[in-house]
Amino acid sequence: MIYLDNAGTTKMDEDVKKAMLKYFDEEYGNASSLHSLGQRAKEQLEIARTQIAKAINAQPNEIYFTSGGSESDNQAILSIAHMGKLKNKRHIITTKIEHHAVLHTLEKLEKDGFDVTYLDVMPNGIVDVKALKKAIKKDTVLVCVMFANNEIGTIQPIAEIGELCKQKGITFFTDAVQAVGHLPIDVKALNIDMLSMSAHKFHGPKGVGALFVKRGTPIFSLIEGGAQENNKRAGTENLAGIVGMATALTKAVKEMDKVNKKLVKLRDKLIKALLKVPHSALNGDAVNRLANNVNLCFEGIEGESLLLMLDDEGICASSGSACTSGSLDPSHVLLAIGRPHEVAHGSLRLTMSKYTTEEDVNKVIKVVPKIVEYLRKMSPVWDELEKGERKHVL
Amino acid sequence: MFYSEKVMDHFRNPRNVGEIPDADGVGEVGNAKCGDIMRMYIKVKDNKIDDVKFMTFGCGSAIATSSIATELIKGKPIDEAVKLSNQAVVEALDGLPAHKIHCSVLAEEAVKAAVEDYYKKHPKTKTKNK
Ligand SMILES: Cc1ncc(COP(=O)(O)O)c(C=O)c1O
Ligand SMILES: [Zn+2]
Repeated sequence: MIYLDNAGTTKMDEDVKKAMLKYFDEEYGNASSLHSLGQRAKEQLEIARTQIAKAINAQPNEIYFTSGGSESDNQAILSIAHMGKLKNKRHIITTKIEHHAVLHTLEKLEKDGFDVTYLDVMPNGIVDVKALKKAIKKDTVLVCVMFANNEIGTIQPIAEIGELCKQKGITFFTDAVQAVGHLPIDVKALNIDMLSMSAHKFHGPKGVGALFVKRGTPIFSLIEGGAQENNKRAGTENLAGIVGMATALTKAVKEMDKVNKKLVKLRDKLIKALLKVPHSALNGDAVNRLANNVNLCFEGIEGESLLLMLDDEGICASSGSACTSGSLDPSHVLLAIGRPHEVAHGSLRLTMSKYTTEEDVNKVIKVVPKIVEYLRKMSPVWDELEKGERKHVL
Repeated sequence: MFYSEKVMDHFRNPRNVGEIPDADGVGEVGNAKCGDIMRMYIKVKDNKIDDVKFMTFGCGSAIATSSIATELIKGKPIDEAVKLSNQAVVEALDGLPAHKIHCSVLAEEAVKAAVEDYYKKHPKTKTKNK
């Protein structure tokens, strides 16, 4: 099997699994218990917190463990919204390419009287900081821009946005689920106030994540109960998962340069080869993008059938077509970068990992053009394009 | 698996793919905006569907439903073929996931559109039929 859906989730690293096992077998204590088993759990919990803080240049008491990226996104946004309500500041700025964990939370706030500006992105999938600056109002309480996009891999100008928000005194939250463990991150240097991460995107376990909250930034609890996480997130800590996340992140940071160097080469090889397919295009900036991300559109075909045929070849990939999402609309990200609906349906996302080999890439390069050609042969849309009854856009 | 064996069989080995250059009726339904388009060609002889071919832009279930629809109407009298329902298509495929039912509706519509086109081009046959 060739697994190229690493933006969806990753395979757990063997070292991570080994590090976790102990917490199922011997060290199963509750970190809130007074006995020594519990106290050892507490100690491990704090070691993991310190490791994670170190990976992004934060302080341990600025890290809150959660159940993953979605919860972290919800908590960050709702915390600032709560503060905004108290201060009577109800304007939030975000982008049209955020993850649904962010967009749906903001939509809920709109129903609650918040005013949300959804910034367009440039055709290369990157936010225009000038437009962001212009969108700032007197009552802007939060700027929420993702670090790197999960579909097209574009890396946003986080340093500039952080600097701008600092000057204006606006809280800056970034969904860094696709960036943590993949890009160097220094929350201090980048002036980030809040940042979300999720372990399963960097070879850690699923169902565990963290929220970084800069000291002094208010944080509001979504889950009430015990006093865990400094009263900001009740519930017995998922210690095995947390240790897994810390182990995975420490390793990912250590390996980052080496892995990225390899992946950039494979990425650019894939892009170059697949763009030879006539009437295809790369989605997102060619340079400012995650080392593991390839996302293309092929005119005249639909993504789900492409994925099913790739699956038959043992290749796991993903697409932004409507038929893979269950709604009638294709990916909001592809629409935001200006792809027409019919083109957005024909997208293919290939996301690699440190386990991806040159052999894998060569197989994809061999298989994808053949499948595209086969599907085009039976496509009435392609037929119209070829006959000139419909205009090519790619 | 998300799709039944039957769906995957028709997706992997679609029956009657292609075009009929001198078709007696052609129907195209759906739109590229929502992601599925079907084009159905029919050849009519003695008021029967003598031949049928399709071209589809769409997901796995769009391709499978087009394929099975052509099998279900091939050789059938026109007035019977035109009654093909999306339920019959879904049943013949051993079911479809709920959010894919709309693709089977397209198959039903494609057959109807092709027959309508045939009647439009051959108005006399329609009156004779009635
Ligand atoms: C950018 C981004 N944000 C948030 C999430 C949600 O993370 P999780 O699956 O851990 O809830 C994802 C994962 O799909 C993501 O890619
Ligand atoms: Zn469909």
